[in-house]
Amino acid sequence: MTAMIDVADAQKTFTMHLQGGVELPVVSGVTFQVNPGECVVLSGPSGAGKSSILKMIFGNYRCDSGRIGIHHRGAVVDLATAEPRQVLNIRRSTIGYVSQFLRAVPRVATIDVVAEPLIVNGMSRTDAQARAGELLHRLNIPERLWQLPPATFSGGEQQRVNIARGFISDLPILLLDEPTASLDAANRAVVVDLVAEKKRQGVAMVAIVHDDEIRHLIADRIVDVTSFAAAA
Amino acid sequence: MADQNLGENDEPLLVAKSLSKSFGRIAACRDVSFSLYPGEVLAIVGESGSGKSTLLQMLSGQLAASAGHVSYRMRDGVTRDLATLGEAERRLLFRTDWGFVHQDPAQGLRMAVSAGANVGERLMAVGWNHYGRLRETASDWLTRVEIDIARIDDAPRTYSGGMRQRLQIARNLVTEPRLVFMDEPTGGLDVSVQARLLDLLRSLVAELHLAVIIVTHDLAVARLLSHRVMVMKGGLVIETGLTDQVLDDPREPYTQLLVSSILPP
Repeated sequence: MTAMIDVADAQKTFTMHLQGGVELPVVSGVTFQVNPGECVVLSGPSGAGKSSILKMIFGNYRCDSGRIGIHHRGAVVDLATAEPRQVLNIRRSTIGYVSQFLRAVPRVATIDVVAEPLIVNGMSRTDAQARAGELLHRLNIPERLWQLPPATFSGGEQQRVNIARGFISDLPILLLDEPTASLDAANRAVVVDLVAEKKRQGVAMVAIVHDDEIRHLIADRIVDVTSFAAAA
Repeated sequence: MADQNLGENDEPLLVAKSLSKSFGRIAACRDVSFSLYPGEVLAIVGESGSGKSTLLQMLSGQLAASAGHVSYRMRDGVTRDLATLGEAERRLLFRTDWGFVHQDPAQGLRMAVSAGANVGERLMAVGWNHYGRLRETASDWLTRVEIDIARIDDAPRTYSGGMRQRLQIARNLVTEPRLVFMDEPTGGLDVSVQARLLDLLRSLVAELHLAVIIVTHDLAVARLLSHRVMVMKGGLVIETGLTDQVLDDPREPYTQLLVSSILPP
């Protein structure tokens, strides 16, 4: 089976020029693979570099060395050396990212925030909104809020809008950064179901989850990030 | 921002090669090279005196380069060196396939003639002469930039700063350009007015598949609008890359300074 994500010996150090050039090693020797239909959970204490690894796989943080192989449209692309345009194309059609916080555009209605990834990939607005509605419904966002921009919503509501937006498209790779952090039990259960559905569709996922119960429910494999702790 | 604009295998629209400009002994801009693709938004950031405005002027053919050249793929598909264009060809390009949004709307608008005429003028310059159609298209564009069409016969000098800027955008976009240059388009505006304008620009750029080169010192503007950024200092491009990458993981000392100088929201 071809891995969807193939990280090999990736390394990342921050150089803080404003603090006299202090070198802050983040991770080194990061090596793991994720197959289709598999959810790998990154574990390790806070500050071990879990989020940094996720950001490196999304191309948001640069890699100093090593390789981040991404299976994109039938070929393997090394995200660590890809051109910006290529990274954007990979984000459009291959990798989705569900961050902890919603970066909302000021005046866009919730239903459109959620539907956007589908419209971008060519679905009609009506169909995309119908699917967005289904997901918002499952995530218990009442219909009276759909036409409002999410900026004024509570933290938990915003996170659910963010999850809906992240799970709506049919991208083959999903990165989940604490998707259940500020959710109640009922909504956490919905997210667990959504992850299970993605697995059945063959989506490869990498997740950071602090809640032991959720981790137990979604993880097929746990990668301990402490082993990648950069020697300081 | 959303990246729906970017195709996978298209040809660049504009290519800059080793552009430099000196004013006497001062090198305002040194050895800048990049390619811009259709639908791509490139932000040039840096503080005053970094050379970003000089670069924009060279890219838009308003200032001759001391060295290097800019080529542009015209609507007929032929790529031309800007320096070889005749004056008439350059003017036509400016009136049709390019737009230029100035920081000060008074520079890009005719302040004493009506809003409708400001928008219609660019269409008349390319041969439109049917009054009814001109007026219809002008009102259509005023609506798109959220200007009440009851104000169509008023001159922009009676408009607020935010309305003037939106009118300038309508005037530029009415000929369906493929490339728009923007010089600090949100510069002199109140924060709330800025947010509305940015939001409008963002959706128009995506809808119309516009390529944009935007000069700004405001990193929040770069983050919201651009796919890619070039950071300039002392006439040199010191760092370039995907916008979120450069802003979230800046490498150069100067970029780190710029990013760390943003006040938290």
